[in-house]
Amino acid sequence: MSHALKVARYTVADLLRSRWLLGYAGFFAATGWALFYFGEEPAQAIVSLLSVVLLVVPLVSAVFAMTQFYGSREFTELLLAQPIDRRSVFYGQYAGLAIALALGFVVGVAGPFLWYGRDHPEDFWSLAALLVGGMLLTAIFTALALLAATLTDNRLRALGTLLFLWLFCTVLYDGLLLVAVILFEAYPLEQPLVVLTLLNPVDLARIVVLLRLDVAALLGYTGAVFERFFGTAVGPALAFAALLLWIALPLGVAARAYRRRDF
Amino acid sequence: MIAVRALRKAFGPLQVLRGLDLTIAGGSVTAIVGPNAAGKTTFIKTLVGLVVPDSGEVIVGGIPVRRSWSYRARLGYMPQAARFPENLVLTELLALVKDLRGAPAPHERELLELFELGPALDRPLGVLSGGTRQKISAVLALMFDPDLLVLDEPTVGLDPLSSRRFKDRLAQERARGKTILLASHVMSDLEEMSDRIVFLVEGQIFFDGSLEAIRTRTGEPTLERAIAHLMEGEAR
Repeated sequence: MSHALKVARYTVADLLRSRWLLGYAGFFAATGWALFYFGEEPAQAIVSLLSVVLLVVPLVSAVFAMTQFYGSREFTELLLAQPIDRRSVFYGQYAGLAIALALGFVVGVAGPFLWYGRDHPEDFWSLAALLVGGMLLTAIFTALALLAATLTDNRLRALGTLLFLWLFCTVLYDGLLLVAVILFEAYPLEQPLVVLTLLNPVDLARIVVLLRLDVAALLGYTGAVFERFFGTAVGPALAFAALLLWIALPLGVAARAYRRRDF
Repeated sequence: MIAVRALRKAFGPLQVLRGLDLTIAGGSVTAIVGPNAAGKTTFIKTLVGLVVPDSGEVIVGGIPVRRSWSYRARLGYMPQAARFPENLVLTELLALVKDLRGAPAPHERELLELFELGPALDRPLGVLSGGTRQKISAVLALMFDPDLLVLDEPTVGLDPLSSRRFKDRLAQERARGKTILLASHVMSDLEEMSDRIVFLVEGQIFFDGSLEAIRTRTGEPTLERAIAHLMEGEAR
């Protein structure tokens, strides 16, 4: 596995100098700064930032990782021509992408908070929850991007699939859920809803962070059901485990496809 | 050094390699020629492990290529077009490849001097010209002193002086007993360097023999004319 770490290290070094990644960190820094500037308390600012993170992190992670995968094809060929196995190249590139994106996100979000929120150490745990949620989403959508890019040579198809997935997880899912709740009003819905929540990583990340923040009003329908169903102890742990599975599954399938891929 | 048996590869409906059989002895220079889309690059990529064949077998230095990667420690590869991470500098790229191979690169300094890459060492790879990237690719292929060199259109993009130096270098490698396999459309290069010509058409070997044999068979004085003659014959 040490080959993978070497590939990851140089991939991170390359990406951290990319203008896109600097812009990504800058975007979060500017958003955070604006929230504090307009007078929000750190705890409120974190809740406001959460909505932004849930929308932007999946989109940027997926599109950036996909673009990089196709754009670095010649370099991938150079790596694959070295005496190392394919798996190391794949996991190394994945780790490099996910780590670089996560670093951009963490630095951008934590920067203004540490500056303006330094008098509110009690909110640091909430910040940590937001950072962990965002990093998990980064890892998940980077994995999904590599899965899409490994399965097809057609960039547009990969991009379309990823954009649909993003739209589904962030926007459509809530609407469809609402329709289902209204249609099946007469039936007990708790169990199916819990299952449905596990199927949407963005909703899961939202619940994990909000359970930590303890703002029941914002949990929403699925969040409230989730909390009632599992309680505050098991709920976050289960959601966390489900999120890890959301990284491992697409990554595992992509790694298998990568082994048989032609370059 | 290389043994290829019944190698087949299709991309979707397109049959690119149709049962290729080929044996290449160590210490020789073999040229793969043929019209566009004859399967030259696909064949080369199968050898390097970039393309996974549908069936058949490729053995390099006694090791079957499928599911193996250790054989690539003895192989230097120059792809058709080289591109590197845009924000890394050349020194970092060289460090990465040395790090990955975990082997000494005895010819690194000498090759950097040969291709006058000193000024490029600290510049981001994204700003370098195509010719410079091609020189870097040559350095990466040669610096570990591999037994087998696999070169896909190696002189494309090189200026005449660098091309001259590159070919002289290959002649030295050959004199030291290295096996060289190259695909090229530059017939004068092949005429200068190759011992053997393998002419591919639609994924099959159409002609396989020495330079002398191809000239005798076609009655043409130069390799370029001889190859054109074969291609015309194929077209009819």
